[in-house]
Amino acid sequence: MTFLRLDSLTKRFDSTVAVDHLSLSIERGEMLALLGPSGSGKTTTLRLLAGFEVPDQGQVLVEGENVTRVDPVARRFGMVFQHYALFPHLDVGENVAFGLESLGVSGEELERRVARALTLVDLAGFERRRISHLSGGQQQRVALARALAPEPRVLLLDEPLSNLDPSLRERTRREIRELIRRVGITTVLVTHEQDEAFDLGDRVAVLRGGRLEQVGTPEDLYAAPANEFVAEFVGRSSTIGVLVLGRTDRGVRVAVEGVEWNLTDTADSPPGPARMVVRPEALRLMDPTPGALIGTVTERRFTGAASLFTVLTEGGAALEVTGPPRSVMAGEQVGIMPSRRAGGGIHLFSRTVP
Amino acid sequence: MRPRRRVELLGVALLALLAWLIVYPLILVLVEGFRGPEGWTLDFVRLFLQQPTEARALWGSVWISLASVVLAAAIGIPLAFLFGRYDFPGRRILGWLVALPAVLPPLVGVIAFLFLYGESGFISLLLQRLLRLEAAPWALQGAGAILLVHAYSMYVYFYLFTRAGLASLDTSVLEAAASLGAGRWRTLRRVVFPLLYPALGGAALLTFMTSLASFSAPYIFGGGFRVMTTQIVSTRLNGDDELAMIETVSLTLVALAALWMLRGSRFLDIGAGGRKGLAPARVRVQRHWARLTLGVIGWGLAVLLLLPHLTLLLVSFVPLGTWTTEPLPPAYTWRNYLTLVEDPVRAGPLFNSLWLATVSTVAAVGIAIAAGILSVRRRVRSRGIIEGLLGLPWAVPGTVFAIALATAFSVRAPLAGRFVLVGTLWILPLAYLVRNLPITSRAILAGFRALDPSLDEAAATLGAGRWRTLRRVTLPLLRPALVAGASLAFVTAFGDFVTSIMLYTYDTRPISLEILSSLRQSDVGVAAAYGVVVMAVSAAVFAVGADQGSGG
Repeated sequence: MTFLRLDSLTKRFDSTVAVDHLSLSIERGEMLALLGPSGSGKTTTLRLLAGFEVPDQGQVLVEGENVTRVDPVARRFGMVFQHYALFPHLDVGENVAFGLESLGVSGEELERRVARALTLVDLAGFERRRISHLSGGQQQRVALARALAPEPRVLLLDEPLSNLDPSLRERTRREIRELIRRVGITTVLVTHEQDEAFDLGDRVAVLRGGRLEQVGTPEDLYAAPANEFVAEFVGRSSTIGVLVLGRTDRGVRVAVEGVEWNLTDTADSPPGPARMVVRPEALRLMDPTPGALIGTVTERRFTGAASLFTVLTEGGAALEVTGPPRSVMAGEQVGIMPSRRAGGGIHLFSRTVP
Repeated sequence: MRPRRRVELLGVALLALLAWLIVYPLILVLVEGFRGPEGWTLDFVRLFLQQPTEARALWGSVWISLASVVLAAAIGIPLAFLFGRYDFPGRRILGWLVALPAVLPPLVGVIAFLFLYGESGFISLLLQRLLRLEAAPWALQGAGAILLVHAYSMYVYFYLFTRAGLASLDTSVLEAAASLGAGRWRTLRRVVFPLLYPALGGAALLTFMTSLASFSAPYIFGGGFRVMTTQIVSTRLNGDDELAMIETVSLTLVALAALWMLRGSRFLDIGAGGRKGLAPARVRVQRHWARLTLGVIGWGLAVLLLLPHLTLLLVSFVPLGTWTTEPLPPAYTWRNYLTLVEDPVRAGPLFNSLWLATVSTVAAVGIAIAAGILSVRRRVRSRGIIEGLLGLPWAVPGTVFAIALATAFSVRAPLAGRFVLVGTLWILPLAYLVRNLPITSRAILAGFRALDPSLDEAAATLGAGRWRTLRRVTLPLLRPALVAGASLAFVTAFGDFVTSIMLYTYDTRPISLEILSSLRQSDVGVAAAYGVVVMAVSAAVFAVGADQGSGG
């Protein structure tokens, strides 16, 4: 059953539309990631949810209750801010107690619940520490504890990992995910990092220019992107112009810079010019033989089990291809073909608007 | 939306309050200067232009102010470089002593100079004895005397601004200059000074405006030499109110012109901006003779700078009528201080100054907080004008404001927003309040700007309403700015002389006027004792302000 619903939310600032008829449904206990580049309206959406902004149009509903115009003070949505916004003049315990005091909790009950919230984020006994004496990761956990202590209806996270060292991010991401699962709170988080969105979100909503491009599980988005933008934005990919020649019984025939490829497992695409979005693992490198797309390796990046090669085709497109680490060197001429198990790694998007 | 409209309405209300307190009296002055018995007239302007004394007074104000800027810069900038860039024995304590003239309110500084260099001052008498002269070696009178006091009290602006500017320099910029082959002088000329321009411009502006508005020194030492502030007061005492209005307008125009010419410079932003990078380390002076020279110069300077304070302290122990021609007073007593407490007539002004300063400070801080919330936080549409009005009294000399308030609030016309406050308890706190608004609101608005708005939002998501957020989050975090703004306001009001002399009544006479009247009765001991009290209170308030401002 839908717990939190955004119904056709629209927010304009002067002449720009920050959020444009955005509708989303979030289940109880679900984690939804809002993913998009800067200016996509994801932060405004979060602020509309928190109540810092009031939409020009549309509604926010929690369990059927319309909270669109409810003041943030009364909304009972917890929020973790990008820079945490911990109160620097209060200690850890006082920060965590702040929201509970708003609810009238006091005395032993208050102490007990502060301690419980701190235990939850693995900071038991940190009550009397000063905020300025904490590491970045600890500050973030205090911010989480502070937001969770009053048992809010919804938890909002604004770029929760952007303020941490890269080395800390993965671990913190895991901890956050575990913690939120344990608490079972309905969560909306905003991020511009796809890894973060995929790792934390049960579902991911991709936004662009204030509009919802696609919402679905990470697997859905990766394997069946709704459009070119999602295909490019989600996961590693490169794009090249092709001409769709038509459908055969073995798939779709396309012409790529004069070379004809047969693509299997590709959604139907009308004949005519199209953009082909390709994952690096959907292509393979070979000798420059006829039938292969010819290009020059311009860059090789070692990523562990495989290397990522950038190949500049004769037609001027830059394609990323994975291959065995030492197979070719920069400057060499190579051929490219779709790999046999390209699977859902190649997507065609017709240029002609249907 | 309704809450938004209420906020906008509050903004308009604040705007109206400020307009009524600040702009309205000035407009009334302007109107009175152009109105005769038969309606609008330029007679008084003509009178003003025809009298050579007027032009001379205005020119006197301008050139004294320019000369004060030059002198203050010549003293303050080298000192700032010395203490900001070099390390030598005693640097810390000397660097602190150098800022001491700041705790001498104008009138107190002036009487200290009188006791030191005046006709029967210590230094004068000492020289007279040593050189076996018939009379004092100089007369502490006229432009020279005024400039001496100005240079002494105003180099502090250049000193503090330059030091703040030097401290905010990024070492890597200097290192970059060195790596590009720039020598010490080229770095100084092409990198350091250009980076200091805003700070130096700010100091120059502050010095110019302060000396343009300076009243105590010209009043006591001017003699036949008139500047516009003293001219206004004497015209007013002669009963030529309309001419005084035109003089007021002329002085305001000069002030506004200076402000306009130096509009790009940074004023009082010290400490508000964060520092990027690392401040340059001080150069340790290694050579023995150089350390020695610097030490001697430094301590000599400290003694010179402290002489007025010490003099005041010494004179405050002189019993009435015992000190005549001796270089040092022959007798000492606690009597003068006891009098201040025991004699109700003497204790009155002390008490008056305390409550007047307290009331005006509380009001100024309150208005500044309201302005911070409405202008910085809620960003009301009228925020530009609100902040402009808050800064305006700074551009208008105190004498002018005193005249303006005396004009506006000497008539009962409630519908025109005018009430009779002149002669009541309330005119002085009001005048202090208006004069202190710029300095208080500067500090407090800067504090608001430095606050992360998401702290407010965090408090809101945690269920804290407006009042709880203000009480628990905003105000505690603003404490350094509040203390800084309040202490500046309190000290200025506590030692005020310019506005007080035009607006006081017997019941509300503040310390400064009691100092003046003690001096007239040749009761130098009591005058000095008052001076010491003002000095001590100012120093204590500044010390508390510095302490609180750095902590929390």
